[in-house]
Amino acid sequence: MNTYTRTAKALHWLIALLIFAVFPLGVYMHELKLSPAKLQLYSYHKWAGVIILLLAIVRLLWRITHRPPALSLPRFQQIASSAVHHLLYLLMLAIPLSGWLMSSAKGYQTVLFGILPLPDLLTKDKALGQTLENVHASLNYLLLLLVTAHIAAALKHHFIDRDDVLRRMLPKGKNHE
Amino acid sequence: MNKQIITSLLLLAAGSAQAVEYNQLQAAQSALTFGYKQMGVPLTGKFNKFSAQLSFDPAKPANARAHFDVVLASIDTGSTDADEEVTGRQWFNAKTYPLATFVSSGVTSLGGNRYQATGKLSIKGRTMDVTAPVTFKTEGNRGVFDGSFNIKRLAYAIGEGEWTDVSTVADEIQIVFHLVVLAAPK
Repeated sequence: MNTYTRTAKALHWLIALLIFAVFPLGVYMHELKLSPAKLQLYSYHKWAGVIILLLAIVRLLWRITHRPPALSLPRFQQIASSAVHHLLYLLMLAIPLSGWLMSSAKGYQTVLFGILPLPDLLTKDKALGQTLENVHASLNYLLLLLVTAHIAAALKHHFIDRDDVLRRMLPKGKNHE
Repeated sequence: MNKQIITSLLLLAAGSAQAVEYNQLQAAQSALTFGYKQMGVPLTGKFNKFSAQLSFDPAKPANARAHFDVVLASIDTGSTDADEEVTGRQWFNAKTYPLATFVSSGVTSLGGNRYQATGKLSIKGRTMDVTAPVTFKTEGNRGVFDGSFNIKRLAYAIGEGEWTDVSTVADEIQIVFHLVVLAAPK
């Protein structure tokens, strides 16, 4: 069985873990009443978002320079899988970027770990900030939809088709490369 | 003869300079802003309503007087949620203490167009001494004052309870003023 490279696996699971933490955090913190805890959670959410953006860029470069293991899938599944993967990559970049832009437009600079200031990509503009908040949320609901499809497809391949689609991305999957 | 005329002209000029007193605050052209850090992020805000009785003669800074009233509920932090929070009981408690006041106790010249103003700043029933360097310049009949000073918010109990955590909202607040004041003859 051909599996993904260790680097590809590490990036996949690390980003997955961060997304599974930062998505519910985003939904939760938004509903909180203003408090020190809310300000802290917003900062943690932004910091994690910046890390995801950086990891996603590394991952995209890795993916471009390393072909994934070949699979023989029916034509429809190949098209569907390719479309979902392209969109997932796009969202891994677009979602943190939209958050960063929203922060800038709302007048709150992003300062990674409270020490490293990121440049504001936009000047303060309340209306634009609100629009970007809607964009950020909409992209996230699209992500939720795609991740659900992604997981469902992986499980279907593993338990119903009993093929190597999931196994080739598992941390312990053997690599014969 | 010529010398006498020049001397009297100089005296006249000096006399008229002394007679200029800047005493009418132009609130619409002035600004009272503040800066602080929240989770390491530099943020600014402003107060939209403030008034002052003041008099300043650049030739006699020792006679300068100033009394400022700042309407705390006019705060603009850039976020409606935050505006509501900071006018509330744990922060300014603006219902009970609607105004911040500054009363000058002295102005000294630091040379050139630089001065130092000292006075008492009262917020939320607490009064502290503050000192601010101020620059003064004239633009026609307008006098323009620029200066800033820092306060510690906890010294005035601004942000009580859970908000005393200065790792979230820093203790140090920078107050920056830009005052445009018209001159009127004494």
